[in-house]
Amino acid sequence: MSEEKFDAIVIGAGMAGNAAAYTMASRGLKVLQLERGEYPGSKNVQGAIMYANMLEKIIPDFRDDAPLERHLVEQRFWMMDDTSHVGIQYRSDDFNESRPERYTIIRAQFDRWFSRKVRAAGATVLCETTATELAHEGGKVIGVRTDRTGDIILADTVVLAEGANGLLGTRAGLRQTPTPESVALAVKEIHFLPEDVIDQRFGLHGNEGCVIEAAGTISRGMAGLAFLYTNKESISLGIGCLVSDFAATCESPYELLEAFKNHPSIKHLIAGTEVKEYAAHLIPEGGYKAIPALFGDGWVVVGDAAQLNNAVHREGSNLAMTSGRIAGEAIFDVKSRGGRMTKKNLALYKTMLDESFVIKDLKKYKDMPALLHTNSRNFFMTYPKLMSEASKNFMRVDGTPKIENERATTAAFIKARSRLGLVSDAVRLAFAWR
Amino acid sequence: MTVAATKLRVEDKLFQNRYLVDPGRPHITVRPHEHPSANLRALTRICPAKCYELNDKGQVEIAADGCMECGTCRVLCEASGEVVWNYPRGGFGVLFKFG
Repeated sequence: MSEEKFDAIVIGAGMAGNAAAYTMASRGLKVLQLERGEYPGSKNVQGAIMYANMLEKIIPDFRDDAPLERHLVEQRFWMMDDTSHVGIQYRSDDFNESRPERYTIIRAQFDRWFSRKVRAAGATVLCETTATELAHEGGKVIGVRTDRTGDIILADTVVLAEGANGLLGTRAGLRQTPTPESVALAVKEIHFLPEDVIDQRFGLHGNEGCVIEAAGTISRGMAGLAFLYTNKESISLGIGCLVSDFAATCESPYELLEAFKNHPSIKHLIAGTEVKEYAAHLIPEGGYKAIPALFGDGWVVVGDAAQLNNAVHREGSNLAMTSGRIAGEAIFDVKSRGGRMTKKNLALYKTMLDESFVIKDLKKYKDMPALLHTNSRNFFMTYPKLMSEASKNFMRVDGTPKIENERATTAAFIKARSRLGLVSDAVRLAFAWR
Repeated sequence: MTVAATKLRVEDKLFQNRYLVDPGRPHITVRPHEHPSANLRALTRICPAKCYELNDKGQVEIAADGCMECGTCRVLCEASGEVVWNYPRGGFGVLFKFG
């Protein structure tokens, strides 16, 4: 193996790694992909929603054989307090199109499928192999060492698709280890139920799917989000909060998850399920300002390892796939022009990424992580409670004159946040959003 | 809420998962210490696999068998040197069936 030299070594067989390996191998480059799990997907955790457009750009006919669970026709956003939720709900039959735009997936199955495509495109995929170190020569990355042999496996480029908790790039000093403020810890369970029961509970037919995303007192004042996604015959649900908030509050993630499952708005939706797995994972939350240097001499970094996650829209795997694809295209472009994998030439990756939705979207929300972090108690405790109170005042019919209910609602908002506080929160949110 | 009352055991959750433990080669270790830092102590509460526990002497110990390799402890305690973090050898560790 050590005598052989690859055009590229891809570290990791998640969304970003598979996209990069596929893109390069299908264009004829000699690609080695290393995956530390028993099979691709065995170490990967996601909610999980997969966006079709970004995969279509890599494998246009993926719908023919990819393991897809349900296509989504309904999205609910809930603001929760301890006993209630106020929600926005969008459902449209237009999402029942011949080529739906988003699906729920089960990552262990999806990644295995994606990896078969990568192999079929000609890449060498080596599982059960942990890359332990980047090999350098004269400041340039020339390959990797693994736990299989002490020898260096040589390559012109290393694509670091090693995920949020990647060790290679951080230990080589190419980027910072994630800070507690820039990553969320999410825990997740998968609950099995017969397909027809899921259809009935969520009002679905055929392969239609429904998504609930929820914030509020369920995260106990921490910046966090819970989710419930319908798969074909299972429900994925979980909750995640910033690691810095977990450390400050010492709240236990599995207790939060249990409380979410026992919330009166959720409990009946998962009654009688059989739980088959419990998973935990870090999610990059730092946004645009946390993106590290994306390329250097002999290397590029993609996906979660590069903090490419849009926390506001809860989009991650599509940014991962897109950054992997673009990195692969850039490397192929440099190679096909006879160029070397220098920092100067690999800057093409960043140029192309800057022009894509990935960086444009992250730039749009560059101030959002800081806002949510500094204001988490207001956004995740005070406002959900106020919204619930306001809704209750609006709904209750108990002989109280409506004008008094309205005054009570207004007074509650002012008491909790003051007039100035309300205006300031609104302005700050508007600025971070624009 | 109701959680404390039902005495949630995270072991029961981890029991659902598949692991291939690498005997005698824990991938995470805690450096010997007199008094744990606030972050290290926090891990006894916030590690999602409850790998960290406080011993009789008030020091934090780890049993990494149930680890889901999320990296929370690495992010909190690697820089201080209190936690030495590596991934398991290839093929070992948690094996997600669904992910």
